[in-house]
Amino acid sequence: MSRKIVDRTEMPKQSPEARRTNFSEVALGLDPELARREAERCIQCKTRPCTTGCPVEVDIPEFVALIAEGKYDEAAAKIKEKNSLPAICGRVCPQESQCESLCTLGRKYEPVAIGALERFAADWASKRAVEKREACAGDVDSDLQCGCEQKVCELDSRGCAPTSDSAASAARVAVIGTGPAGLTCAADLALKGYKVDMFESLHDTGGVLRYGIPEFRLPKSIVDEEVEYVRSLGVRIFTNVVVGLTLDLREMLESGQYQAAFIATGAGLPYFLGIPGENLNGVYSANEFLTRVNLMKAYMFPQYDTPVNIGSKVAVVGAGNVAMDSARTSLRLGAEEVKIVYRRSRAEMPARLEEIENAEEEGVEMMLLANPVRIISDGCGKVSGMECIRMELGEPDASGRRRPVPVEGSEFILDVDTVIVAVGQGPNPLLTERTKGLELNRKGNIEVRDECGATSIPGVWAGGDIVTGAATVISAMGAGKRAARGIDEWIRSRF
Amino acid sequence: MFKIVEKCTLAPGVHQYEVEAPLVAKGARPGNFVVVRTSETGERIPLTIAGHNRETGTITLVVQEVGKSTMEMGMLEVGDYFKDVAGPLGQATRIEKVGTVVAVAGGIGVAPVLPQIRAHKAIGNHVISIVGARTRDLLVLRDEVEKFSDEVIWATDDGSLGYHGFVSGALEELIGSGQKIDEVIAIGPVRMMQAVADVTRKHNIPTTVSLNAIMVDGTGMCGCCRVTVDGEVKFSCVDGPEFDGHKVDFDELVSRQGFFRDKEQIARERFEADRGGCKCHAK
Ligand SMILES: Cc1cc2nc3c(=O)[nH]c(=O)nc-3n(C[C@H](O)[C@H](O)[C@H](O)COP(=O)(O)OP(=O)(O)OC[C@H]3O[C@@H](n4cnc5c(N)ncnc54)[C@H](O)[C@@H]3O)c2cc1C
Ligand SMILES: Cc1cc2nc3c(=O)[nH]c(=O)nc-3n(C[C@H](O)[C@H](O)[C@H](O)COP(=O)(O)OP(=O)(O)OC[C@H]3O[C@@H](n4cnc5c(N)ncnc54)[C@H](O)[C@@H]3O)c2cc1C
Ligand code: SF4
Ligand code: SF4
Ligand code: FES
Repeated sequence: MSRKIVDRTEMPKQSPEARRTNFSEVALGLDPELARREAERCIQCKTRPCTTGCPVEVDIPEFVALIAEGKYDEAAAKIKEKNSLPAICGRVCPQESQCESLCTLGRKYEPVAIGALERFAADWASKRAVEKREACAGDVDSDLQCGCEQKVCELDSRGCAPTSDSAASAARVAVIGTGPAGLTCAADLALKGYKVDMFESLHDTGGVLRYGIPEFRLPKSIVDEEVEYVRSLGVRIFTNVVVGLTLDLREMLESGQYQAAFIATGAGLPYFLGIPGENLNGVYSANEFLTRVNLMKAYMFPQYDTPVNIGSKVAVVGAGNVAMDSARTSLRLGAEEVKIVYRRSRAEMPARLEEIENAEEEGVEMMLLANPVRIISDGCGKVSGMECIRMELGEPDASGRRRPVPVEGSEFILDVDTVIVAVGQGPNPLLTERTKGLELNRKGNIEVRDECGATSIPGVWAGGDIVTGAATVISAMGAGKRAARGIDEWIRSRF
Repeated sequence: MFKIVEKCTLAPGVHQYEVEAPLVAKGARPGNFVVVRTSETGERIPLTIAGHNRETGTITLVVQEVGKSTMEMGMLEVGDYFKDVAGPLGQATRIEKVGTVVAVAGGIGVAPVLPQIRAHKAIGNHVISIVGARTRDLLVLRDEVEKFSDEVIWATDDGSLGYHGFVSGALEELIGSGQKIDEVIAIGPVRMMQAVADVTRKHNIPTTVSLNAIMVDGTGMCGCCRVTVDGEVKFSCVDGPEFDGHKVDFDELVSRQGFFRDKEQIARERFEADRGGCKCHAK
């Protein structure tokens, strides 16, 4: 086997020392030379095992081959046939458990860096699109004639001009929530010719992409670009509308204003531990902490008004992506010591491998097999420590993972002044509980009746985290896509 | 963008706004609040809906300047816009026909109490309002209070008008006079609501308080607004903001309200320096 196949190309990153002091993106992306070198590693398997690992079945061998040939725009177009947010997925997909986990090369060597290549192609195409737009803008009276928009879209191949289709264009669809599920569904429906209105309870779009995942992992300019694209398809976006409170979903449908709706409200309800001391000052839910920093830009206080307090010693409880993001954000805000406290062992940590490694390189300590029992007050209402107990792994539980059990008498006190609770999020009941006739499961997630996400209310679909519980960006997008298909078929059969 | 169509200054540093927000006006009920952002760099600030008009599609907000964000709001004039207004949020007040309701309001708490006394009166309750402030000039919205109450007791800390002392004292006196009271609602500074709850607890009068915990989203997404009520953790933006006053852990609330004090002071000082010192609202 040639060396070429053996050595996977590593993406250049900011050094750990540099990046722990800034909020700029950590991973710097591949340059064309590195990208081609990596793409050439792909052996173009006939059976395409990698594509089955991708929830939206991106044509991986094809786009990788195009990169190897230096046809980067075409590669981007190829990806976008299946995945409308490649710049985002290339950055945040858990590739090691999806596409890359099934790559043939991975059996003997390292899998092809599919995520990095996807990101490269997407970034290349969007940079080119911007250049084109700017070049046109310089043209004096080119406003109408130059057709640059169209050219941009040709490149995009996301198909710019909505099809003129009367069944579709007569119907209006409401999409609730502007996270990845909602954005994908809205874009697909608009491309099919529907009039689409999106509703968002916050003042800004993007869902977790904006308020949860930090700038250093997913620059907000990329989220902006994707939202702009959806707008460019004619989708109207109304922020500050909490459906369930500001508007009633059933009324929206019964009034005839909307023929169908897609609920994509995410998993926006933070769980706490339920231990003493959790309401002390210095204890945040990861949602609060990350929302302050990302959505409200508290890392730029006082230019931005929203404050965030970070102590010098931080414990983050949990070991998922949310926990890693909280830990790494804490470092960047100036915390001196940051520990992840997790009740299971390293093998069970749900976060992406890359993010665990990044966190460790930056100096986040992993305190495994330990569980908080109570948070201790300094006597003035502020955190001054956290009592934990050692755990050991027992028999496998319902999730198939070995159940952590406390080791009696092994309590110890961790010296911390800030605790961030990142033990998961549930479905936010604001909309679901107020929408009569909407069937929910025991946990409060919406029950769907088919793979497109049809709910118990005719004309209403649901998808993303509100259905599955906290999952991934790409699975939310897949749900948005399928719902668009379901809605389209339903409307065609009725109108 | 949400346009300010009317503004008046009720007292130094206290302004009342009529804001165009038709969808909020349509769904608003007593006890609801909105989250407001003044500018692109601004905070999300919860404010009670002090009134709404479905015909004009406007809501009434009464804002007291206490820090950077509320001072910035104070500078907005008719024709200016709030960048964001989201709502109506929170549970609506439970309004039932019970007999006699005493509404106790401290300081700016009088604004959020108005829609409630109005609703209580409309449903046929006998409404007694006890409204207090530090001094007579800070007693705002007096005509409106008179209009929606059957009886009014004014109170000032300095005795410049009405009862000399705190509203809780005035309430104690009212109860002592043998007045039968079926329900008390209290809105104002936390320590005032706590004092009222302490009084009514002795007499077993059901008491609702409106909690002003620090909030971010106001939709149950962040948990910043958590309070302890009857030993249970509640999110005040979605489970409240009104709770049984006899069961709220007020000390915890006061402590949590102070968590960002240092930062708030930095923001305020910077703002005042930028605007060339605070001339208009010197205490
Ligand atoms: C910190 C963090 C890091 C993560 N990292 C990764 C990662 O690296 N890779 C990965 O694949 N996944 C990651 N995830 C998970 C991923 O972000 C989610 O699975 C995905 O965003 C779910 O998409 P969604 O569209 O279902 O919901 P969301 O992204 O949650 O969007 C829902 C939107 O609906 C809005 N909304 C809610 N209720 C209402 C209402 N009543 N009316 C109007 N609007 C409403 C919300 O404000 C929000 O904007 C992460 C999650 C978090 C929190
Ligand atoms: C449900 C609810 C309804 C309210 N209704 C009104 C009203 O009708 N009129 C009115 O004038 N005020 C009202 N408030 C209080 C108002 O939100 C605060 O005065 C305002 O947020 C202060 O912001 P600031 O930047 O001016 O002051 P800061 O200097 O930032 O803070 C001053 C104090 O206000 C509190 N505060 C700060 N930030 C927030 C926040 N994001 N959310 C809540 N409290 C905060 C803190 O206790 C702080 O110590 C209400 C609060 C709540 C929770
Ligand atoms: S979308 Fe995600 S899973 Fe699919 S190919 Fe791209 S990186 Fe892999
Ligand atoms: S499995 Fe790996 S090597 Fe085979 S086609 Fe897919 S990416 Fe290429
Ligand atoms: S303010 Fe965020 S949950 Fe209440």
